[in-house]
Amino acid sequence: MRCLLKHFGIVLLAVFVLSMAADVAVAQQQGMVPGQSAGAVNDSELWRSIRNGAEGLIQSEGDNWRALRNGPVSTWGGYLMGLMVFACIAFFLARGRVRVEHGMSGRMVSRFSMTERVVHWYVAVLFVLLALTGLTLLFGKYVFIPVFGKAAFAVLADLSKQSHNLLGPLFILGVIAMFIVYVKENMPRAIDMDWITKGGILFRGDVPSWKYNVAEKIWFWLAIIAGVALSFTGVFMDFPFISSGTEQLQLFSIIHAIGAVIVIAAAIGHIYIGTIGVEGAFDGMVTGEVDENWAKEHHSLWAEEEATPAASEGGAVEPAE
Amino acid sequence: MARMKFLCDAERCIECNGCVTACKNENEVPWGINRRRVVTLNDGKPGERSISVACMHCSDAPCIAVCPVDCIYDTEDGVVLHSKDLCIGCGYCFFACPFGAPQYPQAGAFATRGKMDKCTFCGGGPEADGSAAEFEKYGRNRLAEGKLPICAEMCATKALLAGDGNEVSNIYRERTTYRGFGSGAWGWGTAYQMKSKS
Repeated sequence: MRCLLKHFGIVLLAVFVLSMAADVAVAQQQGMVPGQSAGAVNDSELWRSIRNGAEGLIQSEGDNWRALRNGPVSTWGGYLMGLMVFACIAFFLARGRVRVEHGMSGRMVSRFSMTERVVHWYVAVLFVLLALTGLTLLFGKYVFIPVFGKAAFAVLADLSKQSHNLLGPLFILGVIAMFIVYVKENMPRAIDMDWITKGGILFRGDVPSWKYNVAEKIWFWLAIIAGVALSFTGVFMDFPFISSGTEQLQLFSIIHAIGAVIVIAAAIGHIYIGTIGVEGAFDGMVTGEVDENWAKEHHSLWAEEEATPAASEGGAVEPAE
Repeated sequence: MARMKFLCDAERCIECNGCVTACKNENEVPWGINRRRVVTLNDGKPGERSISVACMHCSDAPCIAVCPVDCIYDTEDGVVLHSKDLCIGCGYCFFACPFGAPQYPQAGAFATRGKMDKCTFCGGGPEADGSAAEFEKYGRNRLAEGKLPICAEMCATKALLAGDGNEVSNIYRERTTYRGFGSGAWGWGTAYQMKSKS
């Protein structure tokens, strides 16, 4: 019995050793490192995949984000806004203020309802605040730190970040309201082509337009499209936990910056035209009324349309917005 | 001048998380924040590897480039530090960082991001070395005491190395030389995996 057990043990040992040898042989045949050491697995492939972003351990997209933000977005965005300021100054020097040619008639035409004006100024005030705070975060480092130092700028930047984050959601309401209130009169019409071919900006008077001319319509749609893009991307940056991750936030941050500099550049032009550029325009948005001659010279078709129901009984026709 | 670097030897890291704990303890890291973390790859499978990750104190650090208030800087030792007095918690350094190093405590009524916190290579911050203000904001300044980061100092398997880049790479080179093969033998798998005859 003991002998049998002994033999059995030897056989068992032999089988075990043979099977180990077979394992090693198989391993060696497959080109693996003997002894099942760590080298059996090709680690370089693993590290290469990690370097390429596997497991989210190393993200290189941040490099692209940095390169875009500190590079073309800042550079070309800065040029674009600077160019717009320059263009406004150049236009003012060349053309001067666009005055009402036939002088003020003293008869006023209603142009903007209370609703339209409230929405305009709501959006305008928020836009300027958001633009200034946003630009502070993008360019303040280069502009303000050399002027009043890091400590004071940090206070300004903190204030900018906080107010930008808090005012952003309020701006979204403004964009929605602006779309609802202004969209009807800003739909493209056939007559718009005339305004373009006759060079509306340069030769006013002979060029007919409804309540808004082509440039105003383009500004409206640009503001809406940019407003939606800025709102959408802004919400994600304001509440990063709803985003799918850093990569999305990087992309949205770039879209946000590009959209912002474009719409700010356009707004510089809009503000110039609305204040210094065109006589009577600013009063129109403040009081809601424009002079009859102003209306005829800038928006002849709209002026005719306004004049007709005003001459007849007022109750039958719905008042213009 | 020394150029400080971290190196985690993945052949040695056993995912004990001792570095994370030591860092939290030594630097009194705020609640909810880990300056260092251990990531395990291929968990439970052959070829499992763990690595300990924190701020790598990059040359040409992306965070420095994108910080809108210029609060991040690098020291003569190549350690990347920042000023919590200037930081506005915008999160841009997190966008830019390849390693996810910057962390933010929740602050304010809407749980907005507080001031950024990250590994300092146990090098404190802009305040006077070893001052109470420095300790409160950034943790212990071991470098000023002539010591190396606590995470690497206490690593049980000496997987995590920290110190002058030349020293670190000499140690690692010696290790890979002695190992002979394994993951240190670069390209072994690619070269020999598919060949049936040796």
